[in-house]
Amino acid sequence: MKSANKNELVSRRGVLLAGLAAAGGAVAVSGRANAQELPYGSEASTSTMVTHENMAAHGGMMTVGEVDNVANGFDPMALLTDWDVGTTEILPDGRTLRTFEVQAEDKEIEIAPGVFYPAWTFNGRVPGPALRATEGDRIRIIFKNYGSHPHSMHFHGIHSARMDGVNGTPGLIGPGEEFTYEFDAKPFGCHLYHCHALPLKRHMAKGMYGAFIVDPDPKKHVDHNDVARSRLKGTAENAEWQELVMVMNAFDTNFDEENEFYAANTIPFAYMKKPIRIEKSRPVRIYLINTVEFDPINSFHLHGNFFDYYNQGTTLTPTLRTVDIITQCQAERGILEFSFAEHEPGLYMFHAHQAEFTELGWMANFDVVEA
Amino acid sequence: MEDRQTLGRPKLIWLMMPLALLVAAIGWIILTDPFQSLKSNAPPVEAVTFERTILNDQGLRMLVRAGGSDPMRIAQVQIDAAYWSFVQTPPGNISRGATVWLDIPYPWVLGEAHVVTVVTTTGATFTHDIEVAVPTPKISLAQLQFQALIGVFVGIVPIVFGLMFYPVLRGIGQSGMNFLMALTIGLLSFLLVDSIEEALDIAGSSAAIFQGPVMVILVAASTFLLLMAVGQRGGPPTGVALSTFIALGIGLHNLGEGLAIGAAFAAGSAGLGTYLVLGFTLHNITEGIGIAAPILKKRPPLWVFASLALLAGGPAVIGIWLGSLAFSAQWGAFALAIGAGAILQVVVQVGAYVMRSNKLGMETFLKPSILSGLATGIAFMYVTAAFVKI
Repeated sequence: MKSANKNELVSRRGVLLAGLAAAGGAVAVSGRANAQELPYGSEASTSTMVTHENMAAHGGMMTVGEVDNVANGFDPMALLTDWDVGTTEILPDGRTLRTFEVQAEDKEIEIAPGVFYPAWTFNGRVPGPALRATEGDRIRIIFKNYGSHPHSMHFHGIHSARMDGVNGTPGLIGPGEEFTYEFDAKPFGCHLYHCHALPLKRHMAKGMYGAFIVDPDPKKHVDHNDVARSRLKGTAENAEWQELVMVMNAFDTNFDEENEFYAANTIPFAYMKKPIRIEKSRPVRIYLINTVEFDPINSFHLHGNFFDYYNQGTTLTPTLRTVDIITQCQAERGILEFSFAEHEPGLYMFHAHQAEFTELGWMANFDVVEA
Repeated sequence: MEDRQTLGRPKLIWLMMPLALLVAAIGWIILTDPFQSLKSNAPPVEAVTFERTILNDQGLRMLVRAGGSDPMRIAQVQIDAAYWSFVQTPPGNISRGATVWLDIPYPWVLGEAHVVTVVTTTGATFTHDIEVAVPTPKISLAQLQFQALIGVFVGIVPIVFGLMFYPVLRGIGQSGMNFLMALTIGLLSFLLVDSIEEALDIAGSSAAIFQGPVMVILVAASTFLLLMAVGQRGGPPTGVALSTFIALGIGLHNLGEGLAIGAAFAAGSAGLGTYLVLGFTLHNITEGIGIAAPILKKRPPLWVFASLALLAGGPAVIGIWLGSLAFSAQWGAFALAIGAGAILQVVVQVGAYVMRSNKLGMETFLKPSILSGLATGIAFMYVTAAFVKI
């Protein structure tokens, strides 16, 4: 599919004569004979001036048009806080049984304005549902494969081999089949799940991944009880936080094993076009997961601020303090905590600091407001 | 009269019947769509050809032509792996074979390379390299004069220099004459191979709908046959007539060359500088000698020399102008193919002339004077071409 339509009008002779062409251009524009004396943006060449005038906000570096969120069935703004906590019941031993239902299905998604990608999804969305449980819960995931290929759910967590969702285990099921995964929610932290059917790279790149968050049980962490409570969804302490889940992903639309589009939560520049509203008085916690294929690492850089980082979220004290960038390998993830309380309101950018990813879509803004 | 009518009616029926059946078949296919099963879920085949690139103070302008099985849509545009805003004119889907302009307000950098990638609705990508960004010349008197000057040095000056050997060459014997004519055949053969190669090369980057390589061969063959037919009227050409045909062939070739040079102005690429013009001048000097060879026996008036020089060299100027103002791959290939056909005709005519003047058949070409002329012509062109090829 990678079609290099090199326009070779400028054949060898043409190429060679282009030195003269450059000189000719200089003659035409400035009356000067030597192209070397014509620095870009000098009075003879006005292109920088004009383009800067035209493109005040983002320098013209932007996708054109809007994605139809309704047709896609998901809105990137809603994905940020759309937790799937499943249904719960109390087991005889007093533990919580938490049940999730997930379906694999093929779905064409508009992954950038006007660009349609034949995705494989969990529950019809990319990333899949952000499953959230509490440390020690008994987890039950009823998984149905309505897709056209074999699929599985492979959780990053502690579980038995039978529940691993890899080839040769019952959890890897064919189209039309169903399987129920069962394990305990541990360790607490910021994790992920993804399809582990082979070829793995293709199943990942097609969109089969999602967040799997296990909140710490405060009762088990008396030393950091307050921290654990702030992490546990449903507590008053947790409600103070503005929690966001971001799955950094990318799409290889021409199947050349290089990504054409990068984003947090699928849609490139979605949070540039509509910045994420942040109340400055409330702290921010981001569950950040890297599911990008084909590129070894991804990163997150915050403008005008620094944050504490909990690598994989499995600790209650930061693994990195006061940083403004972290990198994540494929499937690496962690929790970012920061505050804009002392900041003046305004747009604060965040993006991958691989500038290539940034300009291919993984670029976003917080709109910090007085609350 | 009556006989004709009775004969005419059945003929008309035989003409109408297959046509009516064809119409019926097309109607049946369109109405019932029996080949629907060919449409799988696979995305349509798409193709995008970049035909022109303009760099100016507004950014980039690109003329792109769509090809493929269905109308297609350009969803996004990347420059140097960054999504960039763009305006498509006219907007919307692009029909097969249609062109649109893309205006991209990109702050390109003088003298550096850029890569333009369009992403279609299906996620397919098509890439065009801007090898070296230079401002596309605008039409101005200074610009046209500057280009004309290059055209004069590339096209006319070497012809004039070659023709200036005329007094020295006069009065040479049959062997000398053979050598010169063979030299002409040699240099023309080089140009023939060179223009066919270049025409096919450029044709390769034109949209598939133009069937570039087939077009090149057909245009060259048609030109050859047409000029042969014209040339043979009133007997095989000799003297000034033969010189004129040689000049015409070289002129048509120079038109194609000029288009390619002009395209360099339009597209912008790296340059090595002034010595290239000198290289072209040296390279093309033998063309003047070739034109002079058939008229050595009888000296024509001076204006004939001037006309021959203009006919052979002038098209280079016109080609550069046209090439820099409006140039797409298919037109470049077309012009070079015409040049190739014209040169083939001249090769044949000069060959026939040599055979006639030696009163021999094909064995003429085994004479030492002829063989050495052929070899010298080809070798000279090959060696001097090294100045202008990288």
